[in-house]
Amino acid sequence: MLIKPYGDTFNDGAIQISFSLPLPLGEKSKKASLELALKMGIANPKITFTQDLGEDFSFFIIYGNLSHEIDIDSLKISEVKEPIIDFWDINRLIDEKFNRKIVIVGATIGSDAHTVGLDAILSAKGYAGDVGLERYPVFQVHNLGSQVLPELLLEQIMDLQADVVLVSQVVTQKNIHIHNLTQLVELTEGAGLRDHIILICGGPYLSKELALELGYDGGFGAHSLPSEVASFIARRLLEKSK
Amino acid sequence: MSNPPKDSSFLNLPRDLIDEARYLGKSIASAVHNKIKDLSTLSIERASLRMLGIRGANQEGTPWVNIFTEKCLSANLIENGALMVLAQVCKITRKDPQQSVEMVSEGKINLNDLIEVSNYEEIKILCHELANKAYENLNYKKKERVNFINTLSSGTKPYLYVIVATGNIYEDVKQAKSAALLGADIIAVIRTTAQSLLDYIPHGVTTEGFGGTAATQENFAVMREALDEVSQKTGRYIRLVNYCSGLAMPEIATLGLIEGLDIMVNDAIYGILFRDINSLRTLTDQEFSRRVLSFGEIIIVTGEDNLIKTVDAREMAHTVTASQIINYYLALKSGLKPGLIGLGHAFEMDPSEDDSFLGELAQAWLVRDLFPKSPIKYMPPTRYLTGNIFRSIVLNAAFNLVGVLTNQEILLLGMPTEALHTPFIQDRFLSIENALYFKNAAHSISGEFSLKESSLIRKRAIAVLNKAVALLKIINDKGLFNALSEGVFASIKRPESMGRGFDGVFTKSSSYYNPFLSLLPGEVNGESED
Repeated sequence: MLIKPYGDTFNDGAIQISFSLPLPLGEKSKKASLELALKMGIANPKITFTQDLGEDFSFFIIYGNLSHEIDIDSLKISEVKEPIIDFWDINRLIDEKFNRKIVIVGATIGSDAHTVGLDAILSAKGYAGDVGLERYPVFQVHNLGSQVLPELLLEQIMDLQADVVLVSQVVTQKNIHIHNLTQLVELTEGAGLRDHIILICGGPYLSKELALELGYDGGFGAHSLPSEVASFIARRLLEKSK
Repeated sequence: MSNPPKDSSFLNLPRDLIDEARYLGKSIASAVHNKIKDLSTLSIERASLRMLGIRGANQEGTPWVNIFTEKCLSANLIENGALMVLAQVCKITRKDPQQSVEMVSEGKINLNDLIEVSNYEEIKILCHELANKAYENLNYKKKERVNFINTLSSGTKPYLYVIVATGNIYEDVKQAKSAALLGADIIAVIRTTAQSLLDYIPHGVTTEGFGGTAATQENFAVMREALDEVSQKTGRYIRLVNYCSGLAMPEIATLGLIEGLDIMVNDAIYGILFRDINSLRTLTDQEFSRRVLSFGEIIIVTGEDNLIKTVDAREMAHTVTASQIINYYLALKSGLKPGLIGLGHAFEMDPSEDDSFLGELAQAWLVRDLFPKSPIKYMPPTRYLTGNIFRSIVLNAAFNLVGVLTNQEILLLGMPTEALHTPFIQDRFLSIENALYFKNAAHSISGEFSLKESSLIRKRAIAVLNKAVALLKIINDKGLFNALSEGVFASIKRPESMGRGFDGVFTKSSSYYNPFLSLLPGEVNGESED
């Protein structure tokens, strides 16, 4: 079946876009904004709002009808979400199997100062009503905070005898996050630790695919919940111990 | 900035509770002051050299002031103060301070060869002369600057504060000028990620950075010139902000003074908790920094908003209040007048909770009432913004309304694209338009209401203040340093002998001399707080 955006009639292609141009507001920049919309495949583009931003910049909001369409039957989706294991089941399963606390170490690495995502997963409070890993009796969580150098994180992984390592990365300018994440994998491999730990990365611009490609066991993107991470950890631990 | 009328107290907070909070704040600040008064740091010594006008770096980009102080350290002379060493070198070489610093740094003069100081008093006099001359020059420049500012309108409150953060100072200039033309009053240039961890100031004009633009003397000058130009164009003075924090805090303060910055984000507690900077180091640095900023009449803004970014903002609101009270009295100790102490707080409660908006109102009014003479800085929602830019605009509007209603003085505008990327040029336009609506349409709203005796807002504010006083008691009993090492704030533990920069702290010897310590403004006394 062919699908287009929907406004109020099936496949009307209704779409809104907004952007700025490095041009002063005038007939020429208005014309340019409409031409750009047409090139994007937006038919009947209408400028609904313009603003002169000063310093020879201008802002446009444009509505129109997208001419492109997608055959949804041709789309293949690889990622199937793993089912969530219940809070009590996770604690019971791990306790039965290991009879000890699982050590989880978390940090944002390199120059990254953002800890909101990491804290949402680790701290007891959790995120959106979903309790964080600290609240699970079977997990012993060490949140090392922000800007931990990969080398120092490795030391901590060894000192604390971590079972699970969670790293969070946000800053994406010039792909610095990729470099940091790769470096950590290499360090754990160099230390002969890689097979003994579950390595997980997270961040708003990370995907499971990218995580696996970089050598991680799992990756969690925007809007991931602590229970999803906890379920993943439980499932992996149980698989590994088989 | 002019002060709100004295009878503006809105919440009618219990007098004894306020008095107790203030007593505890003073006591905590005095104890901190006593603990650090015999200490100096490498960064304070570098800042003192920069006060003399020393600038520049070697070919590898290492600043002369860093090389010079390191050499003082390895020659065991740093305990006397870098300026005393420099004065001695100047006396021997008969060169000016800049040339003398460079000669020592390049190894043309070996500090170990300096003869034992026999004519101590003579060198002390020379040292004072050098500093006094620099101080008079800075004072003259400052007066010139005030005269320039007085030719312009200073805008109306609340001042609208936006950030630029492209990484390229020339791109920042375009974005800043556009924002100013659209109605922004204050421009903050966000620093490049992790600059706070550098124990030096990078050198030169920079066009690359991660998550922000390097804070350098040269970049400060580029932005100041651009904002002066746009100020003249709009007739409204546009204020410039940067970050006076991290390991190089005192040096940044000095550069802020020299390059005409108006506001600096300055909060040692933030660095201790969130950047693992050693507490002795950064509180000592902060004391000197604040005295420099006081001289420059630069407003500080504090970072309490960060205390509620990773914990439940409603539950932990009292930590914000307690930290503000400590910061306020530390600032008075360091010579800042109440009108220069911009205490920070934020609109960060979970918006899905019942009456969270009332909680925000209570907190904003509490800050306003506790510090009636201070330019309170209010930070917008960030935690619960999801990438739904349309909902973000709703929350930012709620924030703007609270800001106008409770007479906040500096509104840091929330961006619809918060949580997505550093602001695009149009994001700033949408935010300024949003804030201007409330600033104009609800201009006189704050005088229109009074609270009923059973008001939830009042109850909530008193409850927060009670909890804050209880926390201040604990901190006062333990001392701030022990409290920090035991994890009283944000559950983060920071022992006073650990953390970044501890090796840069030293005890001043009995012959230590730094003339700026007597030239710069000292503790604010007899300050009426009613």
